[in-house]
Amino acid sequence: METQVHTLVATVQDHPGVLTRVASLFRRRGFNIASLAVGHSEEPGYSRMTIAVEGSSDDVKQCEKQLYKLIEVDSVRNVTNASAITRELAMIKVRVGASDRPALAAAADIFRGEIVDVSKSSMIVQMTGGQDKIDRFIDVVSDYPIEEISRTGAIAMVRESAD
Amino acid sequence: MTSKNGSSTNGYSPNTLASRTGGDVVCDAILEAGVDVVFGMPGGASLPFYDALYRYQDRLRHVQIRHEQAAGFAANGYARATGKVGVATSTSGPGATNMVTCMANDMMDSVGVVYITGQVARPVIGSDAFQETDITGISIPITKHSYLVLDVDDLPRVMKEAFHLAASGRPGPVHVDIPKDIFLESTTEVAPRDLNLRGYQPPKVGNRTMVRRAADVINASERPVIMAGHGIDISGASDELFELATCGNIPVVSTLHGVGTFPETHPLSFGMLGMHGLAYANFAMGQTDCIIGLGTRFDDRAVGKADEFGPDAKVVHIDVDPAEIGKVLQTDVPIVGDLKMTLEHLLPLIERRERVAWIDQLNHWRDEHRSLDIPESPDSVLPQEVVRAIYEVSGGKARVIADVGQNQMWAAQHFWYESPRMFFSAGGLGPMGYALPAAMGVKLADEHQDVWCVTGDGGLLINIQEFNTLAAEGINLKVAVLNNAHLGMIRQWQEFFYEGRSMGAYLDNPDFSKVAQAFGLHGMSANSRDEMNEAIQMAHAHDGPVVLDLHVDRVENVYPMIVPGTGVSSVIEDPR
Repeated sequence: METQVHTLVATVQDHPGVLTRVASLFRRRGFNIASLAVGHSEEPGYSRMTIAVEGSSDDVKQCEKQLYKLIEVDSVRNVTNASAITRELAMIKVRVGASDRPALAAAADIFRGEIVDVSKSSMIVQMTGGQDKIDRFIDVVSDYPIEEISRTGAIAMVRESAD
Repeated sequence: MTSKNGSSTNGYSPNTLASRTGGDVVCDAILEAGVDVVFGMPGGASLPFYDALYRYQDRLRHVQIRHEQAAGFAANGYARATGKVGVATSTSGPGATNMVTCMANDMMDSVGVVYITGQVARPVIGSDAFQETDITGISIPITKHSYLVLDVDDLPRVMKEAFHLAASGRPGPVHVDIPKDIFLESTTEVAPRDLNLRGYQPPKVGNRTMVRRAADVINASERPVIMAGHGIDISGASDELFELATCGNIPVVSTLHGVGTFPETHPLSFGMLGMHGLAYANFAMGQTDCIIGLGTRFDDRAVGKADEFGPDAKVVHIDVDPAEIGKVLQTDVPIVGDLKMTLEHLLPLIERRERVAWIDQLNHWRDEHRSLDIPESPDSVLPQEVVRAIYEVSGGKARVIADVGQNQMWAAQHFWYESPRMFFSAGGLGPMGYALPAAMGVKLADEHQDVWCVTGDGGLLINIQEFNTLAAEGINLKVAVLNNAHLGMIRQWQEFFYEGRSMGAYLDNPDFSKVAQAFGLHGMSANSRDEMNEAIQMAHAHDGPVVLDLHVDRVENVYPMIVPGTGVSSVIEDPR
């Protein structure tokens, strides 16, 4: 069956160990986490997790159901096909001398990235956006030696419907 | 830990009760759950809990087992026999890790047990203290839920939640790990009247539209089969199952844990299906046009190769756990709900049908493929005969607890169970050593019932130390050891699939009757059919625990058999 990356958004109780439970579930059922981002939600005592998971739609359906069975998981939603906004934050440290700085800055600018640090031999670019955009930026600058990449993993939110 | 409107503080009425120690809170919670026995073994970290058990001993019986694994299995037996929650307790570290197998077993078999483990005191948690183990880290994947209690004020709520979670929805093990100093501290908190578990809402009645669609599919079917699972017993839906089957003339086959949920002497009962199920039960699954799966997870040992399992059938599946629906079989009518409540809505929609041709076909298979005939055996006692003898001597009224392996299959096949909670075994995990301790729990659940533990010699040896508990507590149960001097199922598989190369299957056993006697139990051996029958009569009549070392045929195989990787159409039957 065809596999793709699905995005699940789960509201979970803000308890110690809840991340372990979720991670343990994915591991033992053989679901492959592409990324997982977690932080406080609008409701005190609850966190929101965005989990990108690879698999067929049947696999992911089973994954949602198993996730929902965890007592501390309040709700699970697969937003892959919903009208959702997905964003990720990335920082990319590129080894670049003074002569190449303008070219890298221009590339960052095209992608609406921000230069957040400059040293004699490197620059750090901060980039926010969909995962595709960040992937493409990394591809574009990959001719320079990339020293470090740190990505948060995606977070997602469903849009209000138009009507 | 949580803020003002978080769940840990919701609904409390502060300081209305007298102060209680953590140990007292646990004992009170056990009693409030209607449980009157705790199985366990003390240790350093749980000593203050044992001091509370000392204070509660007139109300709460503590049965001291001889290995913590026996505590978990006994609690499982108690839970399954009563329909309540079982309670097992141990100390930290090795005591707790010894119960890990039991938690995994309860999880696979959906049995509600609350595990109370002592933990090292809070100030030393994480310091590799003596007998410290991260047991909640270990128990996460094998429990329905788990708690590490770090504030005594949380304990009343946690204990109430633990019993609620263990018993409700799809039951399962709940683990509460309690540091030693929490047992000693006092609290004035009481459990909230209503629990606030937002992420846990066990389903009730299934979706009405789906129920109507299920009725349409069932009514339109010519060759339906009900596959009755453990959920029937858990939900208490045997009467509804009986109605459904008899109203629509729908044949019933059962899973290993569904045995007895429909009376096995009824003409519509076609016995257990699966790898060692009866031939005609499996044939029915190959030819049916409508599988009605009730409270079953379509386990691989029951289904075999999924493509051959009702290849032309519509599948109606009712289960309380949404994750079981569609997991193994493509389901035409998925219904998530409590079985009893859902069947109550389904029953009025079921049309009376005769289905003569289908029932005739099944009866024809039953006559042709006599899966329950016991072959002649002039020179040895066959293990099947032992199960029959127990059936006869108890008038079919005994509760039977089987171990794992050949003995389990024979005990399931050769006894006709007329009601639920008569046959118990460990199905999903398959832990040998289950039967003896589980039988103790079943006996203590209702001491008026005849209880027979049917075990192999291999499984007996795994928890044989519990002979000591039987003697010390005077637990009046009968142990029938089907002694074939082998791990019989291993020997059988080596015969079938490894050209008879037997490795690690032979057991150089002690004389179990003498072992029993050394433990202060009544022990007897039997080598012939007459001796076997006599021993079983004697055990039945004797007022006290008895161990029967029954030497049976060493190379008898379990039939019928579906070879792994094949399906219900390729049943291997007894060649004799």
